[in-house]
Amino acid sequence: MPETKTRFSYREAVRDAMSQAMRRDSDVFVMGQDIAEHGGSQKVTLGMLEEFGPDRVRNAPISEMALTGAGIGAAMLGMRPIVEIMYEDFLTLAMEQLVNHAAKERYMSGGQLKVPLTVRTQGGAGWSSAAQHGQQTEGWFVGVPGLKVVYPSTPRDARGLLWSSIYDDNCVVFFEHVQLYNQREELPEELEPIPLGKARIARAGEDVTVVATGPLVPEALAAAEQAEQDGISVEVVDPRTLQPLDEEAILESVRKTSRCVVAHEAVRRMGFGAEVAALVQEKAFDWLDAPVERVGACFSPLPFAPSLERACIPRREQVYAAIKRTVGSE
Amino acid sequence: MTELDFMTSPQSGELGRFLQQMLLIRYFEQQVEERYRDAEIPGFVHVAIGQEAVAVGACAALAPGDVITSTHRSHAHALAKGTPARAVMAELYGKVEGCSRGRGGSMHLYDVERGNLGSSAVVGGALGIATGAALSFSLRSEPRVALAFFGDGATASGLFHESMNLAQLWKLPVVFLCENNRWAESTPLAQHSPITDLTQRAQAFGMTALEVDGQDVEAVYRATAEALAHARSAAGPVFLLAETYRLAPHNVGDQQEYRDKEEYELTRATQDPIAKLRERLALSDERFDELEREAEAAVADAVDFARHGTDPDPQTLLEDVYA
Repeated sequence: MPETKTRFSYREAVRDAMSQAMRRDSDVFVMGQDIAEHGGSQKVTLGMLEEFGPDRVRNAPISEMALTGAGIGAAMLGMRPIVEIMYEDFLTLAMEQLVNHAAKERYMSGGQLKVPLTVRTQGGAGWSSAAQHGQQTEGWFVGVPGLKVVYPSTPRDARGLLWSSIYDDNCVVFFEHVQLYNQREELPEELEPIPLGKARIARAGEDVTVVATGPLVPEALAAAEQAEQDGISVEVVDPRTLQPLDEEAILESVRKTSRCVVAHEAVRRMGFGAEVAALVQEKAFDWLDAPVERVGACFSPLPFAPSLERACIPRREQVYAAIKRTVGSE
Repeated sequence: MTELDFMTSPQSGELGRFLQQMLLIRYFEQQVEERYRDAEIPGFVHVAIGQEAVAVGACAALAPGDVITSTHRSHAHALAKGTPARAVMAELYGKVEGCSRGRGGSMHLYDVERGNLGSSAVVGGALGIATGAALSFSLRSEPRVALAFFGDGATASGLFHESMNLAQLWKLPVVFLCENNRWAESTPLAQHSPITDLTQRAQAFGMTALEVDGQDVEAVYRATAEALAHARSAAGPVFLLAETYRLAPHNVGDQQEYRDKEEYELTRATQDPIAKLRERLALSDERFDELEREAEAAVADAVDFARHGTDPDPQTLLEDVYA
């Protein structure tokens, strides 16, 4: 029988993973602000209230900290809650519960407890959302032992990784990007789980490796097309899971290309890219023909004015320029 | 305050058991102070001398399947919930035989099998967790209740207010048991709370509030039973205020220069929950001495057990960072 395929947006893919898990398993439920009738600020949960009812698609007060704590408590009792934090900027309000509790309960209890909680959030720049609705915060969570951090860039990855996050026995902070919600991809009806901690080669190439996350994946692919015209063959690696990190996939690619660019939308200084650069110099130093290049946002709060925002956040031009620098042609 | 029709009294003999548990906690805590001063116990420790009746009375009222969360002052809660003194003491010594396998220490005692979901050393930090445990009971239609211990200091924290609001909004089976020992470390209630009657905190959320003399173990037992019955009947959470006294420093080593010495000595002389229960039971000196010796022996055994415990192997350092 031929496989039925449907075009899914990134948004629909996220919704499909939650809905499929909730159909299968009464221990999965979702709570967050404005997620019921309104379908969430980005309409990710639209229609789920009708299917699952208000107990399992729970509209919550503006209490990110208690909501996250409640997610932890329900997870400790064996449920698999999903907490939606409307903007990743607001993870700051839940940070104490994530860092001191979700991440540590298993360790502090000597292995007695598990916290299978998924905290979904979204954000990102590119639409003048200004300093409190657009910053990228994943770099704050990758340094917390006990947390896992996932950041998909395609509908297929969003669906398969969210499923695996829900069924992981650890707390996963799951980042979605507002500029990716309308990306579309043909997917089979049947959900394909994608294991956490496995990178994806988004584009094969020979001369330069670009390790990109979130919206910088499509931007890096566009930069790679441009570089191709200059005769530079670019490989794009999307880690997809930032913690745990698929170090081997990155190293294998760099050992092949001998050049590495790391690109993310979060601030460049002290960012996730710094860890990747350190990894590459520690474990692939002898293969490197050029310094590792880092591409990221400027070290400032995210500005409002479109002209300033464009100047602050990296897109394909900055990735292209970094690629050119690593081959010594800029 | 809402009238509750569920009333109960401890069975005869049960008060004697409460006394034994309170004595065990008292001797345990006194030994902890000594072992800490002798540098046998690493880190830092908070003892619950003076608050034994709250832990014992509340835990005695819990049904099998109910769960608790605790605080940095956690030894009494763990012991009252049934964790053996040996396992608690071994944890304070950082041993594998400890109730958290030496990963937690004094401020992080866990015994999930016995319904202790653990103690958070972030003041008020476990209130969301207790609320979430109650949410799971509600979603699964299980007749279980989560009881969160916390102190007066926690009622100024954001998570306290968010959790109270959420629990009442969703009518969750949780009992918020506030041990008002009148001190947030060195800060008296008057310097951290604009109100003296902390049940007013609950009124703001439309939540049922009960108040009890935390030095009277029978009263604590009865009030907790009422609160649990209310929560278990899906009528919503209860804020249970236990007025108690910290008859010890904040942590061992604290000189309490902030506390009036005379007032402190007077409180120690008049508000000892063990002395009150002894009087209530009209125990002979002989019988009381006998109970004291039993508690002393159990604690000596726990110390001996902890001293001979196993240091965690550094090879196991990264175990249980992830499940």
